[in-house]
Amino acid sequence: MSETVQDVSTLIISKLLANPKVPRDITGSSKIVEDLAFDSLAVMNFVMEIEDELDVSVPLDRLAEIRTIDDLASCIVSLKKGT
Amino acid sequence: MTIFDKFRGIEHRLEELKALGGRNPFDVIIERPLSSTAGIIEGRETLLFGTNNYLGLSQSPRAIEAACETVRARGVGTTGSRIANGTQSLHQQLERRIADFFGQTHCMVFSTGYQANLGMISTLAGKEDYLLLDADSHASIYDASRLGHAQVIRFRHNDPEDLHKRLRRLDGTPGSKLVVVEGVYSMTGNVVPMAEMAAVKRETGATLLVDEAHSFGVLGPTGRGVAEAAGVEKDVDFIVGTFSKSLGTVGGYCVSNHPELNLVRLHCRPYMFTASLPPEVIAATIAALEDMQAHPELRSRLMDNAARFHAGLNTLGLTTGKTVSPVVAVVLDTIPEAIALWNRLLTLGLYVNLSLPPATPDHHPLLRCSVMATHTPDQIDRAIEIFSDAVNSLKTEALPI
Repeated sequence: MSETVQDVSTLIISKLLANPKVPRDITGSSKIVEDLAFDSLAVMNFVMEIEDELDVSVPLDRLAEIRTIDDLASCIVSLKKGT
Repeated sequence: MTIFDKFRGIEHRLEELKALGGRNPFDVIIERPLSSTAGIIEGRETLLFGTNNYLGLSQSPRAIEAACETVRARGVGTTGSRIANGTQSLHQQLERRIADFFGQTHCMVFSTGYQANLGMISTLAGKEDYLLLDADSHASIYDASRLGHAQVIRFRHNDPEDLHKRLRRLDGTPGSKLVVVEGVYSMTGNVVPMAEMAAVKRETGATLLVDEAHSFGVLGPTGRGVAEAAGVEKDVDFIVGTFSKSLGTVGGYCVSNHPELNLVRLHCRPYMFTASLPPEVIAATIAALEDMQAHPELRSRLMDNAARFHAGLNTLGLTTGKTVSPVVAVVLDTIPEAIALWNRLLTLGLYVNLSLPPATPDHHPLLRCSVMATHTPDQIDRAIEIFSDAVNSLKTEALPI
């Protein structure tokens, strides 16, 4: 099955909302560092959870380009397609 | 807007830390060491339980003598790179001694342990390759991943199954896979499950590099580290380590049976573009290595001391890692709690390292203690007593603990 960016974005948001410290009003365009107040370690640890859920590895150098939840979803979808 | 604006956050945090405990925890000055286990801090004799000097060899009479003789004979520095004028016969001698100690054919000596990791990892894993790092890796390993051009993938801390899963995802991708683990993790004292990691390497055909910084001289029947202790040295392609812990000096190394290590010398920027170790440091390191080999009892004493200290802290109800190793990390819940306890310990005459998130795993502040072979049982008991007094006095004053 191939997920769309929208599917992955929804999954990421639901995972994030499981953490009570995350603001309730996040959307796909929320910025991971600024809006969620995640530091670099928290971002890497959170991405690890998503990786397991979707059976994909996101290389750290790709993470550097990611700002929003939708960016992360697009990155994961492109990695799953092998591009 | 100035170039310094980006530092305002840390400036603010530092002010908060000082307000909580009175001291700048990153500006402790050991005015003078009195021995390997005690020094003068703030004018007081203070027990040292945070120096990584596991065998006490920073004060080895043999190493001191070797350094003095050498500095008189050869001067104080080499003023050059290892690949230009910075290799003297002593550097080659040390490389031979370290390779022989590990039973490996080749060795490169670097100017620091940080540079050994930075250089080896960034050079070995090239543009088409994958670098697989434990999530709790030391900063030198993360920095190496940024200096190099490989794709970097983190696996869960000390989890061979997770590593295996991530390597499996890379099945069919071109490029080599370099796995990096540490013998003893510096913040928590956790020991890597080395036999299981080696099994993953064998099954997947990955290349394996082990950083034995905190396990060299500490683990294994002859002190070669965690790979020796687990009986899997033949599965390890590269062992990296430092002289600045169990040998008490400074410098780093990589040993390997791959003859191509000599070619790495000409690709490895942190090896090429820095001055080599001064001769007196090399001489002291060789002497300290001889001391370590001549005194295997230092290792058993170290482990006995680690067990005594670990058990003592647990009896007080403090949370530490489960494994007994010379790094004993007391895990605390909040930063104010950690600051209050660290300050009180120092006032009462005990120095340990304060480690704060995000430099620590799981956002927990740690009071990171390191035990030495040269601590006497009385000093260990006194350190536990100081912990007990500090915790009790903070409770009485209703300060955070």
